[in-house]
Amino acid sequence: MKLLRSLMRTARRRSPWVFHANAGSCNGCDIEFLTCLTPRYDMEQLGIRHEGSPRHADIILVSGPVTRTTCEALQTVYGQVPDPKVVVALGSCPTSCNVFAGSPTVVGPLDRVLPVDVYVPGCPPRPDAMIAGLAEAAAILAGDKPRPEHQPGPADPDTADPDTADPDTADPDTIDPLTAEAAGEAGRR
Amino acid sequence: MSPVVPIGPFHPALEEPYKVEVTCEGERITDASVVVGFNFRGIEWLAERKSYTQDIALLERVCGICSNVHTLMFSRAVEKIAGLEVPDRAQYIRVVIAEAERLHSHLLWAGVACNLIGFETLFMTCFSLREQVMDILERISGNRVNYAMNRPGGVNRDISDPGAVLAAVRTIEKTTSGKLIPIMTGDPTVRARCAGVGVLSRDDALAHGAVGPLARASGLTQDIRRSAPYEAYDKLDFDVPVRDEGDVLARIVVRASEILQSCRLIEQAVETMPAGPIGGPLYPSVPAGEASVRVEAPRGEVFYYLASDGTDVPVRVRVRTPTFVNMPTVPLMAVGESISDLPLIQASIDPCYSCNDR
Ligand code: SF4
Repeated sequence: MKLLRSLMRTARRRSPWVFHANAGSCNGCDIEFLTCLTPRYDMEQLGIRHEGSPRHADIILVSGPVTRTTCEALQTVYGQVPDPKVVVALGSCPTSCNVFAGSPTVVGPLDRVLPVDVYVPGCPPRPDAMIAGLAEAAAILAGDKPRPEHQPGPADPDTADPDTADPDTADPDTIDPLTAEAAGEAGRR
Repeated sequence: MSPVVPIGPFHPALEEPYKVEVTCEGERITDASVVVGFNFRGIEWLAERKSYTQDIALLERVCGICSNVHTLMFSRAVEKIAGLEVPDRAQYIRVVIAEAERLHSHLLWAGVACNLIGFETLFMTCFSLREQVMDILERISGNRVNYAMNRPGGVNRDISDPGAVLAAVRTIEKTTSGKLIPIMTGDPTVRARCAGVGVLSRDDALAHGAVGPLARASGLTQDIRRSAPYEAYDKLDFDVPVRDEGDVLARIVVRASEILQSCRLIEQAVETMPAGPIGGPLYPSVPAGEASVRVEAPRGEVFYYLASDGTDVPVRVRVRTPTFVNMPTVPLMAVGESISDLPLIQASIDPCYSCNDR
């Protein structure tokens, strides 16, 4: 079991998969994140992969100040990512609402909606900063770095034993098989 | 009853939240409707509660891809009301930035389109080319995105190293005409996915008021830079590429040709730029009045309306972006196509939902 656990730890550190959710961003952060995937910055050398489905992801990357319309879909997506998971706030928008603070259609900053583990401020942050933030998230995932204390975050990878976690006991609401539809319905309401 | 497939709002391939509901008969789409509004941040509401100087920073963040256009529009509207003159050199610098922005936007779009087609290699090629444009922008403005270049009556930074800009633009031009365009227009993979797909006829484009490369790929010669020149565009020489086919391939060709035209414009502007001052007043006083302005953004015509009552906070700021008018053409193009082509058809109008929703 010990061997398996250290294997899991290495795997989490070396190949975190990222699901990117745009919660009303201006696109600036999103295109810069896309740039991270391309030859000059080459995020994949750290084993970080951009994943289209939240069910396969370890890290949720959120950009944008969290608008009213995306808030519920964001929570649905958060529930769909299996534990252990790390939430990264990408840019100044999810960190502080940026210039959109005070707007009646914005419910952010992100830490009002989800427990945030890593902040990458900047408008937008440089791709290097984004990769550094993701590397930090990977370290948290592997348990090499503590989660920020003040967060009522999900189970810590150190205390939650992956071998005993039983998928059948998971909340049925969070394992809806129809990702797109579930998120879509939530967004429409 | 035919099944209705909802897709979104968090889409695996495209970056922005939006939702499409398609009704299918087998693989064929019989009806489609687009649900937008996920990016609604109330920017117009906020702009009417902040000062003119703060509004520049706010409006820059309407869209991170065409951020320069929004500050340019706002500055032009303020200039119109306050009667400010823009120095010649500043006009040329505005053209350089606007065209560099068009370059990076079109290359970004080309990359995303290749990704959707499933042509990974070309996606990477487009993006490494785009990095060179980002270098130009960073060299001039200090930022990769949200350049903070415009202010009422001028620009904030000068181009201090024109030689480096010229050299970079020439490389981009060479790679685009030598490598990118032959592959994007001639490769069998690209042709198979794009030729004859998502056709928008000239009449439909006209009836829906389509703008930008979408209209130009459906045979409408329509470009604000040509029909109502602003800044230094009337002193520069460029072509407006137009195609008649109206399919996805035509949109690729139009945008690819526009990349070359933008390179041409930057070269001319940098070479013929006069010397002189670049800036206007830092805190302009805006008298009561109203103004409407139009410029050609990478995606088409942007329209701004600004009303002032003489205080330092605008009364009304109205932003109408190209995606707002182009979006209703998507159901027209999608009906009758296979559902697997839908993401590509949608991407072919180069939608920008953050502009659209504001
Ligand atoms: S932090 Fe800045 S660049 Fe990023 S989404 Fe917000 S406004 Fe756009």
